[in-house]
Amino acid sequence: MLAITAIKIGLEIHCQLTHLQSKLFCPCYSDYRGKTANTNVCPICYGLPGTLPLLNQRAIESAGMISLALGCQIPQNLVFYRKNYFYPDLPKNFQLTQYNAYGITSIGVNGKLYYYGDDVDGGTGKVRSKSARIRRVQIEEDPGRLVYENGNMDTSFYTLIDYNRAGICLVEIVTEPDFTDPKDVRIFLNKITSIIEHLEVCNTNLEGAVRCDVNVSIDSGKRVEIKNIGSFKEVEKAITYEIARQKTMSLHNIEVKSETRHWDDARKVTKQPRTKEEEQDYRYFPEPDIPTVILGNEFVSLIKTKIPELPDARKTRFITYYNLSEHVSQVLIDNKDLADLFESAVKIYSHSPKEIANWIVTDLVGSINDANAKRKHELNEGSGNKVGGGQEEKEEAGRSGSLLSELKIGSKHIAELAKLVDQNIINRSTAKSILSRIVNTGEMPSQVIEKTDTTKINDKKVISEAVESIFNSEKSAVKDAKQNPNAANFLLGKVMQLTKGRADPGITLNLIKAKLDIK
Amino acid sequence: MQSLLHLNAQQVRQGIKNGYFSAQEYISQILERIQKVDDKINAFITVDNDGALRQASLIDKKVRSGEKIGTLAGVAVSIKDNICTQGLKTTCASKLLKEYVPPYDATVVNRLKNSDAIIVGKANLDEFAMGSTTEFSRYGPTCNPWNINYVVGGSSGGSAASVAALECTVSLGSDTGGSIRCPASFCSVVGFKPTYGLISRFGLISYANSLEQIGPIGKTVLDVRMVMDAIAGIDENDPTTIATAISYAEEEEQGEEQHLQNNDKNKKNIRVGLIKELVEGSEPVISKCIYSAMDIFTKSGCKCEEISIRSVDYALASYYTIAMAEASSNLARFDNIRYGFDFDPDGYEWNTYFAKVRSNFGDEVKRRIIIGSYVLSSGYYGKYYLKAQKVRAMLKHELKSLFKKYDILIAPTMPVLPFTCGEKIEDPLKVYLIDIDTVIANLTGIPAISIPAGFSNGLPMGLQIMADELQEQTLFNTALLFEKIANIKTEYPELC
Repeated sequence: MLAITAIKIGLEIHCQLTHLQSKLFCPCYSDYRGKTANTNVCPICYGLPGTLPLLNQRAIESAGMISLALGCQIPQNLVFYRKNYFYPDLPKNFQLTQYNAYGITSIGVNGKLYYYGDDVDGGTGKVRSKSARIRRVQIEEDPGRLVYENGNMDTSFYTLIDYNRAGICLVEIVTEPDFTDPKDVRIFLNKITSIIEHLEVCNTNLEGAVRCDVNVSIDSGKRVEIKNIGSFKEVEKAITYEIARQKTMSLHNIEVKSETRHWDDARKVTKQPRTKEEEQDYRYFPEPDIPTVILGNEFVSLIKTKIPELPDARKTRFITYYNLSEHVSQVLIDNKDLADLFESAVKIYSHSPKEIANWIVTDLVGSINDANAKRKHELNEGSGNKVGGGQEEKEEAGRSGSLLSELKIGSKHIAELAKLVDQNIINRSTAKSILSRIVNTGEMPSQVIEKTDTTKINDKKVISEAVESIFNSEKSAVKDAKQNPNAANFLLGKVMQLTKGRADPGITLNLIKAKLDIK
Repeated sequence: MQSLLHLNAQQVRQGIKNGYFSAQEYISQILERIQKVDDKINAFITVDNDGALRQASLIDKKVRSGEKIGTLAGVAVSIKDNICTQGLKTTCASKLLKEYVPPYDATVVNRLKNSDAIIVGKANLDEFAMGSTTEFSRYGPTCNPWNINYVVGGSSGGSAASVAALECTVSLGSDTGGSIRCPASFCSVVGFKPTYGLISRFGLISYANSLEQIGPIGKTVLDVRMVMDAIAGIDENDPTTIATAISYAEEEEQGEEQHLQNNDKNKKNIRVGLIKELVEGSEPVISKCIYSAMDIFTKSGCKCEEISIRSVDYALASYYTIAMAEASSNLARFDNIRYGFDFDPDGYEWNTYFAKVRSNFGDEVKRRIIIGSYVLSSGYYGKYYLKAQKVRAMLKHELKSLFKKYDILIAPTMPVLPFTCGEKIEDPLKVYLIDIDTVIANLTGIPAISIPAGFSNGLPMGLQIMADELQEQTLFNTALLFEKIANIKTEYPELC
């Protein structure tokens, strides 16, 4: 049996610049989602004869920002190339993209991105800082979308083509095969997502706005490319599966072939596509209709002034300025919406940023996950014409808002909740139940308190009565507690239950201890 | 009413403006002429009788109401059928665009319309402008109006023939490697390829983007220049157009005589270089013709010398490599999925359907797609495409230094006289070779004009004049000078 010595994973990330007003080479809207098929098109993106591409200058700026944020060098000249291949979703039967084989002319090259790995360093006890090299960043156009009968490529008798997406600006980020652990890939993708969110070039929550192809090889074997991975979340699973598959093959002395496989989202396996994707000769050559764009130092200086605070700097600021923990800061900046919510709530109630951060990171995130699960469930129930297979992607379910858009509350709610807890007006468990209520109703926490009278009970007399009542009903527990002081917590829990969580736990515990005669 | 067919563009506009005749009268004569003679020469793929008459009546209305009329008011224009016209079929002389009606106007068409020119129809060409004889049209060849047994030249054969046959006032062609100048020479009319980027290519169905330009064909240099004034200039729809002030025509009132006097003032300063290789490589009668053209320049006070372009030997190979490479990619979009001709895809797997559809290209187009794909394929890119681009850069460099010494370079437009139809159709390489004199201007992006220089046995010969980038003014001045002094009498062919 051969020992596995090396796993190599490389990524190709496609990111739509959804914040652009128009497509990459024509004035059509870049917001194509939810529109009737083939209505978001013009002679240019529809590839009508005689039309010429008109380069969207803002796309160059946005892609330049991404390149700089990933530590890339920006070349002197930017050139577009034609990548020639026949596919029905490609209106011109060539894709306008970039190519570096005849000189570096893509928007960014030779970058490096640092991230914290999944594993802990034995010596320092800290998570390992890792990095992945960025081979290149390039700008290209998205093709149209193929729609199959019943969403199934294999059984479909016809294929429909929707060109609404054709010509949307994509930024492709290609890494070197520097990853060895699928978990690191997940962390890296989170970081990339956060960076492009912070640059405000892409709403990564929109379905299909970010996609990732991966290539995996083990033991210096052949490279297998995996396409058609529906979301960043699936990437880790796809890689894990593929590594296991290749390991199994090598165990049985079967040679791993260099091939392109597709991720089957339903069965959670990689599989060979129905039609074999041969090694194509794309016959790249420079697009004669787009004059070379001169970038140079002037461009780089301009872009630098436009780059906002990036996640790393923001995280450091959260730690030093707000005194948040490393972990909490990381969770916040991993999702720009959360970080923004935090800062906006802190502006409203500045006395306890920690309290606010904790509410967001622990409780609110849970609510979001619930809401998303619910939405996903509803979506699956009601979806008809699905898309899948080939180079095509999952159904793009119209608009999907930001992470928080499903919730009915915002920063003022969180600020008030934190304030109420911070000022001892309600206790934590009450606050929790208020939160789970208001995420669906949008009420202010103070309104809920008024309606349900959930303020904390501080009155010793009232609490004593409750303690008395529990001592009467839980005689054996009281007996235990006299032997074992830790069992007092059980009684505390009973009192809290009785008072529906409103009793001040500190006062209650003291009263219980006094009554048990424990010092 | 007397025949208005011989009038040049300026005379047409003046006649209509001054009420000597109406636009409708003029256009009716033109349409009647097409009706009468086009059976013989096949210059048109589509004639827009109704549209032309409708447009003419609008201009007449403007004249009657005293409204300002455009600079090309009433001028009848034929448009090469690879330039998009909204609502009017644009076929590229191909089966693949048999039913294609563009939803938009090319910038040049738009500008012609804004100048009150009248589009009478779409002119024949070699399929997708690939050819030098117009024999490769899928709608039948265009014949030379001077002798219908002879080729008309190409690929803008329909454009040049329609001007020579008096089926229009002026025409728009496109010139990728000589496609305007070659048929202009073969038809004894004036054909002009402008500096690359001077005229918008938006709406020109691409053959080889980096080489081609739209340009006018007319009976006289002034007609060509008038059209240039209307259509040239930067266009936001074509990022390869250049921002430059353009006006070659003087004030409206200033007559032709005045132009020439202005020219006379400058002519002594014109330095003319005759490209030796190109003259020596031509049929003797053509060499003779070009030498006598040089004599004319010398006699009128220009300083003339014979010069040599060393990289000229590689120009043709470079041209065809680049043109075919670009063509192979440009023509990929014709898969009949979004537009094209009537062919039901039902029952085909899409790869098979693509293949079936694309088998409808003509042989010459197929040949160029295959060669173009080959020179771009991995492993050959450096050997062919990149090398071709190096030759191109070399040639450009050489011409740059020549234009430091000479204002104008002259050469034959074509190294051969028009030949008989079908004579070279089986030997594509022979036809490629006759582009040798014209491809230089396309490879280097410089302006070049072909003007009538004489006849040999009733077959026309053309003089080619080239100038440096954006030196259109010098080029037109020189051409006007030659036109005036050489005074080639043109009795246009009757054809009926």
